[in-house]
Amino acid sequence: MTEALLLQGRWWNAAGRRFRHNGLACTALALLTLLMLAALLGPWLSHWRFDSLDWQHLGQPPGGGGHWLGTDRLGRDLLVRTLYGLRLSLLVGLLASSVSLVIGVSWGALAGFSGGRVDGWMMRFVDVMYALPYLFVVIILTTLFPRGSLTVLLVALGAVGWLTTARIVRAQTLALKQREFIDAARVSGVSGAGILRRHVVPNVLGPVVVYATLVVPQMILAESFLSFLGLGVQEPQASLGSLVYGGAQEMESAPWMLLVPASVLVLLLLCLNLLGDGLRDAFDPRDS
Amino acid sequence: MPSTRVTAEQAPRAPLLSLERLSVTFATPAGAVEAVRAVSLAVAPGECLAVVGESGAGKSQLFLAALGLLPATAQVSGSACFNGCELLGQPARALDRVRGAGIGMVFQDPLTSLTPHLTVGAQLCEVIRAHAPRARHAAAARALALLQRVHLPDAEQRLGQYPYELSGGMRQRVGIALALAGDPQLLIADEPTTALDVTVQAQILALLLELRASSGLALVLISHDLGVVAGLAERVLVMRAGRVVESGAVGALLAAPHDPYTQELVRAARALGDAAAPSPPCAGSAPELLALEQVAVRFARRAGLRGAPLAALSDVSLALRAGEALGIVGESGAGKSTLARAALALLRPAAGRVVWLGREPQLLPRAQLRALRRDVQLIFQDPLGSLDPRLTVGEIIAEPLAVHGEPEAPGARVNAELLRVGLDPQLSQRYPHQLSGGQCQRVGLARALVLKPRVLVCDEPLSSLDMQTQEQMVQLLGVLRAEHALSLLFISHNLALVRRLCARVLVLYLGRMMELAPAAALYERPLHPYTRELLAAIPSTDPQVEPGRLRQVRPGEAPSPQSPPSGCVYRTRCAYALPLCAERVPVWEDSGAGRALACLRWRELP
Repeated sequence: MTEALLLQGRWWNAAGRRFRHNGLACTALALLTLLMLAALLGPWLSHWRFDSLDWQHLGQPPGGGGHWLGTDRLGRDLLVRTLYGLRLSLLVGLLASSVSLVIGVSWGALAGFSGGRVDGWMMRFVDVMYALPYLFVVIILTTLFPRGSLTVLLVALGAVGWLTTARIVRAQTLALKQREFIDAARVSGVSGAGILRRHVVPNVLGPVVVYATLVVPQMILAESFLSFLGLGVQEPQASLGSLVYGGAQEMESAPWMLLVPASVLVLLLLCLNLLGDGLRDAFDPRDS
Repeated sequence: MPSTRVTAEQAPRAPLLSLERLSVTFATPAGAVEAVRAVSLAVAPGECLAVVGESGAGKSQLFLAALGLLPATAQVSGSACFNGCELLGQPARALDRVRGAGIGMVFQDPLTSLTPHLTVGAQLCEVIRAHAPRARHAAAARALALLQRVHLPDAEQRLGQYPYELSGGMRQRVGIALALAGDPQLLIADEPTTALDVTVQAQILALLLELRASSGLALVLISHDLGVVAGLAERVLVMRAGRVVESGAVGALLAAPHDPYTQELVRAARALGDAAAPSPPCAGSAPELLALEQVAVRFARRAGLRGAPLAALSDVSLALRAGEALGIVGESGAGKSTLARAALALLRPAAGRVVWLGREPQLLPRAQLRALRRDVQLIFQDPLGSLDPRLTVGEIIAEPLAVHGEPEAPGARVNAELLRVGLDPQLSQRYPHQLSGGQCQRVGLARALVLKPRVLVCDEPLSSLDMQTQEQMVQLLGVLRAEHALSLLFISHNLALVRRLCARVLVLYLGRMMELAPAAALYERPLHPYTRELLAAIPSTDPQVEPGRLRQVRPGEAPSPQSPPSGCVYRTRCAYALPLCAERVPVWEDSGAGRALACLRWRELP
């Protein structure tokens, strides 16, 4: 078994080598790591908490009163709040993407591999889900359940995110099903489930991993959007989206309140998208 | 290295195309790869030069480089002159005047070299008008003339059809018409017949021969098969690993090859083309391992298309005895692969029974069927496509062992199996894309053999391999069959190959059985007119015989299996067809001496 793992590792090594030759993607990965570290450790290193109020410095511009990036109207440290919001955005983005990937890959691979009527019904279900106006669904969910619940947010985002993954995986599976190595496995006596697990899913994972890096920013953006509408994270909690929303209201008098979280959000999304591009190139051996 | 130059002494006329020390280097992450190393050659007006070598020898790169068609990662040095004008380093616009108008190119795959969303007429007119501006109707008239010149049947109607509506042979004729559209002086045909059936191959070669004779066109024929070029070429250039290893007049080169590699190629071409090779004997009364009884397979039309389902296989019966090798031959569309898939219980026949060792796989519960599968194994046509790209060679070969509950010491079993098929056990750590086509096919064979099956179904296992590799695989299959008492169901469109491996041969046409006979008798005295046509299409390595043979090639291709002719399905191509053949379906009848066939007229034929 360890031998098999080592061999599997070699394939990843080749992809890793191609990735390392891509300067832009590597920079993006480094920046992303920095952002993640900052999001994890940053709030602890400061003596301000995300919800502690500094009555002496209300609406302090950056640099004054021991607040590097200033404070908001209530005197809360903007740096700490932004890092805290980054943490929440990343958490939501990663969790929602994982949920949507697991559901999407299983659904798509099963539908594509089964074919026929099963495939038809499974994909019609996807079509119906697509046709639902997802914002309404989210709004209904958030009114049914306590507002600002992280679980509701994850369910709402995950419920929509997996649809595209399922379609991509199904298309890939249909193409794979035509390949002779699937017949070869069948002739060897491998069961349907075995073929799906061992030959289909690993072969669709390459494109899916790449797609995932593009789903994460989508999810972060969607979360920001929901928070911006006031449907997501609730005060005093903060996500990048809710901070941008707060900043937008004070844009004229305190522009830093918008600029700081907005810049972090743009930087995060840019890094994730560049990383996705780099991974796509790395996983496609034909390009080298 | 001996002189690689074929210069003025051999080609006294001023050369049309001359390449001087042309080199092509590809920059890859693993370092520079020299695809072509200082090759010089000359083609005189009206001459036919054949460039022969295995895949990867740099044959195609050489001419693509001269025409400026290589990707930007290729570095080209040396010189390429056409009619005295240097081609290398010219801007694309200057090259466009030579490409098409001076030099026409015919590609290997007639489907991918035509644009799918344009009609044949539109594609032809585009090329015609690019080279000589003329009115739309004049271009259309010329397009029609071109299609008639390449003998495309129903040319007028074809102008409005799309490439997917044409058969492979028709597409290649359109490809040739496209190459001729600019009135070139030189035609470069890059493996023009490799993707085609043996009968269609003979037709296309005959067409090229005729075009040369009628218009004085110079021809460069690129091929991996010496047999294909013998009938057409005047001179042959043999390439290996980017270098010219030997060149000379075709007769002299075939009669007395000097270079060891050329000798090997000639031997391989002879061995495969030689219809007098001995066949293994028939198995007498050994038990039946695999049988098809009146099997019919139908495919439903796609949703939205009306009409009866497509009959891919009708009324096919065969029996494979222990230790026997049975060959199945036929052109593409004959239902050979469908037969393989039906025999392996990968698809469910619409009628009839498949029997493995006395049991019907379709009636067994799934788990029992999977267990029974170990006795009936398969090797595939596409060597790379039949291996999972994410698994190593070792994992691929070990998989059937794990499935059938024999996980003890898989490493040793895998290594033994690799040695058996002539591969280095160290390859077990490699991935399929790191192997050559021949190596991949051996891995596929090892995976099939690791379960020690009793029946091995081979679905065109050699058609995507080089001549030399084919020859090695044939020998390997012969040895394995003898050593392990394997029964082979060997499917191929290549009659010569089948003859070497099989004791009995079944000829299929449009999903129906045409003739079944012991191999030796079939090749000596084919009874069915279709078998005769197939045998006549095998290329010969004798340059004296070949042009004459090509002139006698019969026109016509297999009709679409979607609308088979009434009566005898072969009658539309048959040289002996009578009106009666359109009315009555010939019955499958015994003709004595272990032979059987379906033909109304076989008793009266000459």
